[in-house]
Amino acid sequence: MNIPGRRRILSKIVVGLCGLAVLIALVPLALVFFYVVKQGFASLNWAFFTRMPKPVGEAGGGMANAILGTFFLIVIASIVAIPVGVIAGVYLSEYGKARFATLVRFTADVLNGVPSIVIGIFAYGLAVLPVHRFSALAGGLALGFMMIPIITRTTEELLNLVPSTLREGALALGATRARAAFGVMVPAALPGILTGILLALARIAGETAPLLFTSFNNRYFSTRLDQPIASLTVQVFTYAISPYDDWHRQAWAGALVLVAFVFTFSVFARVVTRRLERMHRI
Amino acid sequence: MSEETMTVIEPASPSMVTAPEISAPAPPRPAGPFPPGAKVRIETRGLSFFYGTNQALHDISLGIPEKSVTAFIGPSGCGKSTFLRCLNRMNDIIPDTRVEGEVLLDGHDIYGPGTDVVDLRRRVGMVFQKSNPFPKSISENVAYGLKINGLCRRSELPERVERALRASALWDEVKERLHTSALGLSGGQQQRLCIARALAVEPEVLLMDEPASALDPIATQKIEELIYDLKRDYTIAIVTHNMQQAARVSEYTAFFMLGRLVEYDRTDKIFTNPGQKITEDYITGRFG
Repeated sequence: MNIPGRRRILSKIVVGLCGLAVLIALVPLALVFFYVVKQGFASLNWAFFTRMPKPVGEAGGGMANAILGTFFLIVIASIVAIPVGVIAGVYLSEYGKARFATLVRFTADVLNGVPSIVIGIFAYGLAVLPVHRFSALAGGLALGFMMIPIITRTTEELLNLVPSTLREGALALGATRARAAFGVMVPAALPGILTGILLALARIAGETAPLLFTSFNNRYFSTRLDQPIASLTVQVFTYAISPYDDWHRQAWAGALVLVAFVFTFSVFARVVTRRLERMHRI
Repeated sequence: MSEETMTVIEPASPSMVTAPEISAPAPPRPAGPFPPGAKVRIETRGLSFFYGTNQALHDISLGIPEKSVTAFIGPSGCGKSTFLRCLNRMNDIIPDTRVEGEVLLDGHDIYGPGTDVVDLRRRVGMVFQKSNPFPKSISENVAYGLKINGLCRRSELPERVERALRASALWDEVKERLHTSALGLSGGQQQRLCIARALAVEPEVLLMDEPASALDPIATQKIEELIYDLKRDYTIAIVTHNMQQAARVSEYTAFFMLGRLVEYDRTDKIFTNPGQKITEDYITGRFG
């Protein structure tokens, strides 16, 4: 009987399996990242950010309209989703013992898992069909619907981490329930809530499906919210399935910009969280 | 501090004693060991409390006289904290709980209809076992209660903050750093900040739930000295596990056991000559 030997071997196997799992998880990410950088970097230049798309056959041009469009869509989505998401999260955490809250929580989780194309169809029915026109608003609405459950659940979870003694402290000073929630609990959980919002933004910034028949696409420069608007993702999609080499190169550049954007947002989220946490020391 | 808002106790002069009673049948005197002249600020009558079906307090009647310190002692789980939290309706936020009986604050039942809980909690302040400063600056912590209750003009805030911090003997330690985070203070300072925060809204009664149990002896001593100073202006009820503390700071002591009030008397009497055998056993450390 050599139990210690067997134990050591078993331990090494398990540690090895863990390492392998990590590798499998990281390799696709690394490959995507490097391939996008390799393909996209060559086509990335100043014109890409400042110029409009050129007609087929003409070399050059850029995606200025799509970059601006994506920015517009994100802003609209944030305006829709941040207040709704945060307030719903506060409701779940502060008043969430009732049966209705369980229903809200479950609905949010289901909504989080709904395929994004379905969200797009919903926004199409809600904001495109009635007015017979694709619009930036409809696109922003679709993205906002995707953000709401993420923000709601993060807000709830982070509020649950704030010690309830803080709430009692505020109530004991004569604060109303809502006042304690928004004046004391939410500020205490703010670093985490901000991270949740930023991660939700990073997630929806890369969505294509919900935009296909809501904000559609636009070859031209547009800032009108009631008109179709270009977005990086849809532009990349359109260019990638086109038969033109020049468009393919632009699609790669667009993909790189998107990846870089999401990456920056995630890192930014981390930095903000760290800094606020140090300030609050919670 | 705020002498003008406090009711002055009438001195028990001979003329008072002979003054004719013209009111309707006098209500029953609140149960308590205090002298007949003492004004009772808070009084419970037949107070029972239930967590679901589990009865935590059994028919407790006692009065807390103003400008004094009343201590609640007893073994863990005896209901003394629950009792304290009934006095400003902090138990309301715990689901599935029920109250029977009355709690009279200046003669009005706080569980009766028409009670504004928010206003009640401003009048009956509370300091918790674990210091719970808000993640805001020191000055904002003290100003919080004033701001949400709209108790003073914006321009008066700094003065009110200073007054509260002086009253809680914290001013000299924090005056240079009023706008830094309250979470940077030591444990004892945080607790005194919480006391300052409670004092800022000028409550009539201050409830303290084991305010020094998480502090070292030096910080504890400061809190006790503070309590001793505060009773000149405030009515204080304190729950404590530390019997020396009860003996040091309080005039009256109530001993709780299994949700019942076993004995309520002057502190010196409870600690030197308790009326009940079980009180004596607890105080001498034979159980608990």
